[in-house]
Amino acid sequence: MHVTSPVREPLIQGGKTYADVTEDICRHVEGSPTKEWKIAFGISLIVLAYGSVCLAWTWWEGLGVWGLNKTVGWAWDITNFVWWVGIGHAGTLISAILLLFRQKWRTSINRAAEAMTIFAVICAASFILMHMGRPWMAYWALPLPNAFGSLWVNFNSPLVWDVFAISTYFSVSLVFWYIGLIPDLATIRDRATSKVSRFMYGTFAMGWDGSAKTWARYEYISLILAGLSTPLVLSVHTIVSMDFATSVIPGWHTTIFPPYFVAGAIFSGFAMVQNLMLITRVVYRLEDYITLEHIETMNKVITLTGSVVGVAYITEFFIAWYSGVEYEYYAFFNRMTGPYWWAYWAMMTCNVISPQLFWSRKLRRSITFTFFISVVVNIGMWFERFVIIVTSLHRDYLPSSWTMFSPTRYDIGDYIFSFGLFFTLFLLFSKYLPVVNMAEVKAVIRSTSANLPQKIAGVAKVRQRGTAEPVYNKDKE
Amino acid sequence: MENTNKRYWRGLEELRNDESFIKNASSEFGDAPAQTQYESLLDGSGTHRRDFLKVLGFGMAAVSLAACETPVKKAIPYVNKPEGEFPTIANWYASTYLDGGDYASILVKTREGRPIKIEGNALSKISTGTSARVQASLLGLYDNEKLKGPKKGGDLKVSWDTIDKEIQQQLGQIAASGGAIRIVSPTIVSPSTKAVIADFTAKYPTTRHIMYDANSSYGIVKGNELSFGKAVFPSYDFSKAKVIVGIDADFLGSWVMADGFASKYAETRRISSAKDGKKDMSRHYQFETTLSLTGSNADYRSGVKPSQIGSVVTSLYNKVASKLGGKSISGTALQISNLDKAATDLIAAKGQALVVCGINDPSVQTVVNALNAMLGSYGATINLDTPLNLRQGNDVQMNEFIDEVKGGKVAAVIIYGANPVYDHPRGAELASSLPKVKLGISFNDRADETASLVQYICPAPHYLESWNDAEPMAGMYSLGQPTISLIFSTRQAQASLLKWAGLPDDYHEYIKSYWRKNIFTQGGTGNFENFWVQSLHDGVYQAQQPVASSGTSFTGNIDEAAAAIARNAKATTGIELALYENVAIGTGACANNPWLQELPDPVTKATWDNYACVSQKTATDLGLVQGDVVKVDVKGKSVEVPVIIQPGQPTGTVAISIGYGREKSGKSGDGVGKNVYPLAVISGGFVSLYPGEATISKTGNFREIAQTQTHDTVMGRKSVLQETVLGQFQKDPLAGRFIPKVETAEGPVNATDLTLWNGHKYKNHSWGMIIDLNSCVGCGSCVVSCISENNIPVVGRQEVINSREMHWMRIDRYYSTDAEIGDYKAMEVASDNPEVTFQPMLCQHCNNAPCETVCPVLATTHSSEGLNQMTYNRCVGTRYCANNCPYKVRRFNWFKYFDNDNFDYNFNNDLGKMAINPDVTVRSRGVIEKCSMCVQRIQEGKLTARKERRRVADGEIVTACAQSCPTNAITFGDMNDPESNISKMLEVEREGRAFHMLEEINTRPQVSYLTKVRNKDVASNKQPA
Repeated sequence: MHVTSPVREPLIQGGKTYADVTEDICRHVEGSPTKEWKIAFGISLIVLAYGSVCLAWTWWEGLGVWGLNKTVGWAWDITNFVWWVGIGHAGTLISAILLLFRQKWRTSINRAAEAMTIFAVICAASFILMHMGRPWMAYWALPLPNAFGSLWVNFNSPLVWDVFAISTYFSVSLVFWYIGLIPDLATIRDRATSKVSRFMYGTFAMGWDGSAKTWARYEYISLILAGLSTPLVLSVHTIVSMDFATSVIPGWHTTIFPPYFVAGAIFSGFAMVQNLMLITRVVYRLEDYITLEHIETMNKVITLTGSVVGVAYITEFFIAWYSGVEYEYYAFFNRMTGPYWWAYWAMMTCNVISPQLFWSRKLRRSITFTFFISVVVNIGMWFERFVIIVTSLHRDYLPSSWTMFSPTRYDIGDYIFSFGLFFTLFLLFSKYLPVVNMAEVKAVIRSTSANLPQKIAGVAKVRQRGTAEPVYNKDKE
Repeated sequence: MENTNKRYWRGLEELRNDESFIKNASSEFGDAPAQTQYESLLDGSGTHRRDFLKVLGFGMAAVSLAACETPVKKAIPYVNKPEGEFPTIANWYASTYLDGGDYASILVKTREGRPIKIEGNALSKISTGTSARVQASLLGLYDNEKLKGPKKGGDLKVSWDTIDKEIQQQLGQIAASGGAIRIVSPTIVSPSTKAVIADFTAKYPTTRHIMYDANSSYGIVKGNELSFGKAVFPSYDFSKAKVIVGIDADFLGSWVMADGFASKYAETRRISSAKDGKKDMSRHYQFETTLSLTGSNADYRSGVKPSQIGSVVTSLYNKVASKLGGKSISGTALQISNLDKAATDLIAAKGQALVVCGINDPSVQTVVNALNAMLGSYGATINLDTPLNLRQGNDVQMNEFIDEVKGGKVAAVIIYGANPVYDHPRGAELASSLPKVKLGISFNDRADETASLVQYICPAPHYLESWNDAEPMAGMYSLGQPTISLIFSTRQAQASLLKWAGLPDDYHEYIKSYWRKNIFTQGGTGNFENFWVQSLHDGVYQAQQPVASSGTSFTGNIDEAAAAIARNAKATTGIELALYENVAIGTGACANNPWLQELPDPVTKATWDNYACVSQKTATDLGLVQGDVVKVDVKGKSVEVPVIIQPGQPTGTVAISIGYGREKSGKSGDGVGKNVYPLAVISGGFVSLYPGEATISKTGNFREIAQTQTHDTVMGRKSVLQETVLGQFQKDPLAGRFIPKVETAEGPVNATDLTLWNGHKYKNHSWGMIIDLNSCVGCGSCVVSCISENNIPVVGRQEVINSREMHWMRIDRYYSTDAEIGDYKAMEVASDNPEVTFQPMLCQHCNNAPCETVCPVLATTHSSEGLNQMTYNRCVGTRYCANNCPYKVRRFNWFKYFDNDNFDYNFNNDLGKMAINPDVTVRSRGVIEKCSMCVQRIQEGKLTARKERRRVADGEIVTACAQSCPTNAITFGDMNDPESNISKMLEVEREGRAFHMLEEINTRPQVSYLTKVRNKDVASNKQPA
């Protein structure tokens, strides 16, 4: 049983009992889709369809439909890739690192955050495929035994490291997420009224029986997976950053990239979690589970990581000047004042200035403001990647090759595709799977059903009839 | 010995060795079904119940296989192998490139009977390399839009016999009735063709042959007539000149025989860091309006208005005359920078000086001749006795011809390779009256602007399908032989003329007998057959008889000339228009050549368009930005073209290139740019490309100009461009070099001494290249040569705007700036009259290649001979290598460029594809490509050497770029071979001019550059930025 100091706000409010938790969360899985969900899902499908058409044309016609050129070989594709991978970081951080640090508040949000991670990594992976000139040969980037003679991958190439990093990250995240889902799937299985859902949830619950031994194993595996994932939180974006850091291009060739990218990833990941959770808590009426405390705590993480990112930006500039490297110096001069100055200043405003506003308690506890800043942060982090990739490439060593990049409708359409994919997957998740980890939340609620009259103990509030207003909350005793 | 091994039997049958065992012993499967069983199944006679499914299955499979059968393309093997043709082995033929007055002696590489590459003929004394246009002329052979046979009116099915009969009959009638017959052609360099025309004239005595050149030099011919009584275009020997003053003559880019001039010019610019090496070079002044390729290479360049050109000449004359004691002439004394200096240097270099002037004005040319005579150039750098025959056009006759046609006085016109409706200022007048001529015949290969207005088109084949000869310079002969049999039903113009003259129409025999009679007699030895075969093999023949040198004394009336100049030179206040010929497209005859359309202009780096060049100041005054479409109005005629901001363009002038705006050239050429020939004027009978003052007005439209380079300056990057001036170089061969140092705990060290790389060991060869920035004039010949050799696709205007041209070899052009180093914003702006540097850029074949480490699939790897190799079919197209290439030389196939209607160039039709080099893969969509250092040539050379059991000899393997370079700026070879040219050069230049690009990132390229050295005074050296 989780013990919270009486002077602290409880993590879960509303005096929830175990039964309330089960009921509150399962209700959305078991009921028919709401109107809001249908509208949102419809929109997502339309977006996905539009994006798919754009993507199909990109693949049919070739990458020439994008705005890339001889000088700028990557732009929106890799920007989007890094952006999505970054977003994915929050889930693992919340479920793994915060688990190890025993941050119990994570229990309300870890399920959705992990789901977000998985979908974000799928979106990121789609850009890996998309950016290839011959995506049908993508499997060549894997060290598979093959019939092409002695051909093998190039272990010197950061892109190969990327392939390993992303695929490891995806599989570990998926397993972690799925293991966490099993007790909840069993709950739904046990409550299921239709044969189909009993079979489906039952299959995925893998025969969970809720015995002490099962729970113990669940706890072990969670810890082991948390231990495995923790280095991944740091390694994945480190490796992504090496795509740039190991190159020779001024503005890319920077040793500060690994920590700076990891901080930026957590920064944007938390912002995305905020965005998703703020909507989910309203739509699914989860205000008691995802409380202002959660929002505030996440805002603090955003401010911290945002500050790390800000310091990294300033350090880069200092080093560009201090190193005396002509090309490096010009690359940063060009970022600030060159033709893409607006992207640079958008990045600086969104990433460095906006999170500092959370020093105000009033603002970081304002839901609307939090939502707004989270959107701003994600825009800023997108621009960060755009600035790093495009403004470094478009004016590198030889001025004769300097040119500009401007996106086409297919650059934009393929980005839209990833949004369609992400939201479609997330909405499916939120409808068919419990968005909050019931089992773990139950471990942190402060109330118990012990004091209730026998006949209503174990019955959720909404199902109790004909009883006097019961007193659940210990606080009010 | 007794076999004591145990024996095992497979069964009792073997032990018993009975009959049935013996029978089956050799047949593993026992009783096989009888053969007939299957036959019966197939012919249906013995089908069996149990075969039903078999038959059904076969039927289904057969039907579905038939349904997805690909269309049959018939490939016919050689039944009788042609003699001398070996599959995959190239044959080389010497031949002659002739396009009007453009001439080059060439070697043609043919594979399986089709020409695929053109190279310069090293045996030629007057043209060694090839120009971009010569290289690209190959594609003209495979131009799908030529006429496939004769055409009468709209009738494409007419036979040659019918046409011949009709034409002969009509010519006969016209000649009998005394009607005038006119043959209109550009300069004809071929002596035998002139004999053909003479024969034709003999048959039809009312015939007159009129030659004119689209960009005329008649003023020079006339000037020489006035000055020396010799109506010739002299030959210039730039290699003997120490001081060269070019006035309005783009002799390195587009003027007359630019590649030949450039190769001689470069000889004077080549210097060596060796102790006893050549440390002196020519000094070159240029006075011109548009910043030309020549002006870009000049040590001192001054921009002048077109109206000032006459005054530049008279002022220069007076300055020189005052020192050398000549008589001075009247004329405006012009205050132009560098003019005094040029005069001083000319006087100092008397006897080794050369003044060339391109203006088509005999008065100006007369003064130039007087100046050259005063400087003792005749007999030294100019020779009137061995004139160039490349410009024989007569503007006056052409003008008269148009008057005659307009007056209805011409009964028959034969257009011989000319297109006056398009490229003559009075083309519109001709266009309206030409259809009224009773008999109109054209030999043009397509129904172009002129040919479409005549009744008969008797298309002549491409020069690679033709016999020809040429006498480009007096006493220098050249033979052209067909390298492929006729592709279409065409006939050589000479054969047509002979036929109509009632003579045997075998032009080959005609040339041969002409050579027997006229050229063999000029010192040919042995019997004629041997002489003929030898000449055909060599492609060139130099007459053995020495040219009689007649004295050259200037007898012109210089005062009259000066007076005429003064009359014409009216000081202007408005904006003067200058028309000029650019390097790629020339006069527009080859406008339908996509390689040339996509070849960036060496100076503006623009493709697929012509445009109005204005200076930044003029643009600001008029409120224009680059790309604004303006209406240029001159004397009631106007064109609408986009503006380009051109540093070096004098304020108060605007320049537009001729050769664009074709309407009937074909898909690639039509509608590209605007035709400005109508804007040219005829002044005193001479076509002038300087029509005077123009008004420029904004139209409000915008048209982006497709430039391959949009940033003009080098931003002070010394590790990119290293240059110095001659004075400093003479003191220190390392002058201008930038050797990056890195601070370490042990003190500063060279950046290249610190490395994490293991390096490569090249046990056999180490292929490398040196590019001499001092010899390179930036003409772009290597670019087209590379396109032709390596099957590089054409991507079109929009894709160039999208910065996606595919050229493996490019020439970076940098302007100097006046800004302070460090003021980056200001450094982006070029000087008003900048110094220009050209830097050919191709894959540097780095030893520590950034591209190789980042490829995830090992598609780009290092060879054991120093090459950075690209494996197309391993590439998955991540473009990481292109991003990580500091030289930005890697090119990505954004689309499928072949068989794609969006790229309807030579890769999109079967005929155009004949130009493909079979030794080089045509790349698919989604892969990276780049310079391979012509690895196919290296392999071929190595194989040849191996077959002959010897080492590869130096010079045996030459890359396409090096081979085509008219100035020998590119040296390719094996750096492991101490005797090779490249090794010897590097030995002296390593501690001298040789540098690697971007040395501090330690890529260690196999390609080295030699610093650019300008022959300027040390004090006036501008900082490159």
